[in-house]
Amino acid sequence: MSDIPHLWVADCPNCIGGRFFQSCFLSRFRFRSDRWFAMATFHTRSAARFMIAPSVVLLFAWMIVPLAMTIYFSLLNYNLLNPGMESFVGLLNYQYFLTDPAFFAALINTLVLVAGVLVITVVGGILFALLLDQPIYGQGIVRILVIAPFFVMPTVAALVWKNMFMNPVNGLFAYMAKAVGLQPIDWLATVPLFSVILIVAWQWLPFATLIMLTALQSLDEEQKEAAEMDGAGAISKFIYIILPHMARAITVVILIQTIFLLSVFAEILVTTNGGPGTQSTNLTYLVYAQALLQFDIGGASAGGIVAVVLANIVAIFLVRLVGKNLEA
Amino acid sequence: MARKVTTQRKVIMTAIAWALGILIFFPILWTFLTSFKSEADAIASPPQFLFFHWTTENYSEVQSRSNYLSHFMNSVVISFGSTLIGLIIAIPAAWAMAFAPTKRTKDVLMWMLSTKMMPPVGALIPIYLMFRNSGLLDTRTGLVIVLTLINLPIIVWMLYTYFKEIPGEILEAARMDGASLVKEIVYVLTPMAVPGIASTLLLNIILAWNEAFWTLNLTASKAAPLTAFIASYSSPEGLFYAKLSAASTMAIAPILILGWFSQKQLVRGLTFGAVK
Repeated sequence: MSDIPHLWVADCPNCIGGRFFQSCFLSRFRFRSDRWFAMATFHTRSAARFMIAPSVVLLFAWMIVPLAMTIYFSLLNYNLLNPGMESFVGLLNYQYFLTDPAFFAALINTLVLVAGVLVITVVGGILFALLLDQPIYGQGIVRILVIAPFFVMPTVAALVWKNMFMNPVNGLFAYMAKAVGLQPIDWLATVPLFSVILIVAWQWLPFATLIMLTALQSLDEEQKEAAEMDGAGAISKFIYIILPHMARAITVVILIQTIFLLSVFAEILVTTNGGPGTQSTNLTYLVYAQALLQFDIGGASAGGIVAVVLANIVAIFLVRLVGKNLEA
Repeated sequence: MARKVTTQRKVIMTAIAWALGILIFFPILWTFLTSFKSEADAIASPPQFLFFHWTTENYSEVQSRSNYLSHFMNSVVISFGSTLIGLIIAIPAAWAMAFAPTKRTKDVLMWMLSTKMMPPVGALIPIYLMFRNSGLLDTRTGLVIVLTLINLPIIVWMLYTYFKEIPGEILEAARMDGASLVKEIVYVLTPMAVPGIASTLLLNIILAWNEAFWTLNLTASKAAPLTAFIASYSSPEGLFYAKLSAASTMAIAPILILGWFSQKQLVRGLTFGAVK
């Protein structure tokens, strides 16, 4: 870009540096003085700062203030049932939280939930995307049907599954089990975490499918044809051409879903309440229960910070990935 | 070049795809059908698909029992309010970053993205206490504030990716013709930016409508949007399947229809432009 005569282009490295009137300015525009352009940029720049400021200030406040307060609370012995009795206890809350067997259970449940949903949605998403990429009748309608669950609010999804499908007496699953002569099971009581995984996976399968499909449709037809002419079968075509092409979409799906799945809450609240026992309690739900059900602000804050640390480990990878893409 | 496909193969593929599509869609379809059943038909065994006595009484029942409309309006106010305020804050920022980028623009964008990754439990306790102390708990205002802030990074990012596609040369041409900054925005930029803004609006209304962490934790009854209202059916009252279905159908229908129009934007918005 910088070798073509131009005035001011966003993608030009020289322009971005703010030195554009020296490096990019060319004779065609000389009737305006350098100073005019300098003034123009000055105005644009201060205007730009002024325009970005509200978003940055608000987000900064949103990020820093609650986090700082959570860290502060996590160092206190602070229970809403004993107001005015707050005292500094150092890292004691962390010690209690991390050694609580409920924490270990919640951590495992969180990881199992994330991994379970990821496996179902990524594998299912690839299969659905491959299917929808085929020439079929009514492709648009099938697409609409598959995408629909993503727009269902979490509480509705969870309650519909809980009552109308997984209920041991009136649910459709119970009816189907009876129809083939099996004993119907109480899904949410016997396999609570698996049931929650099923519900959440149903909600996220459309997202994975949609992204995989978007990636798949950008694959060059000719490349596939060339492979076919060279005698590649369906399987080797998938492994050597389609899968590598989708690698990035798969990564994006995994990372973005992980961010959301670490914080699954509504589905657990309206189905199992984290139980029986702690069998379906994840980290988010554990912190919620400690804060708003047991009023233990200090302990819950320590849990919140642990959740933040866990999420940050995941986030680092995502920021890198998206950042790389921004340059491309 | 289109590839030759045998009709037989196409028919088989169509059958498989439709079967799976309907399977995935079935819970929604079943909710819709159940909402027109009587409570007895709703739990009938064997389950009744189409040949039951169709009735709309559940819909009027849900409204008269629990003032459904007020919760619906809460959802409308909260999702539209937070999205519109978010747009007002984000449009200038995205505009500036797309058209007057500096060395730091990329860092600012990445930082905004990173705020989205903070798990909500990290902020729940102080926000809850602050809201309790300032009387914002269970108010629409409080929820609009929180939802504006949590969706702001997505709004800025989406707008940024759309604005970035507007060719800079057009702005140069306008500048050469002597257009002022205001004229540039009103006559040149706005017409080209409207589709991107509309898509952003749509996706964020969907996200705000379905948000179910803050809405559940910060409301009780008065300002409860549909997410929180439906959650109240998790009590034994939820065993009234037909009424649960009617309430659910009304809660998801508007957003389902909006959502179908925004498939493409969904991918773009939720992947922060990483997949288009």
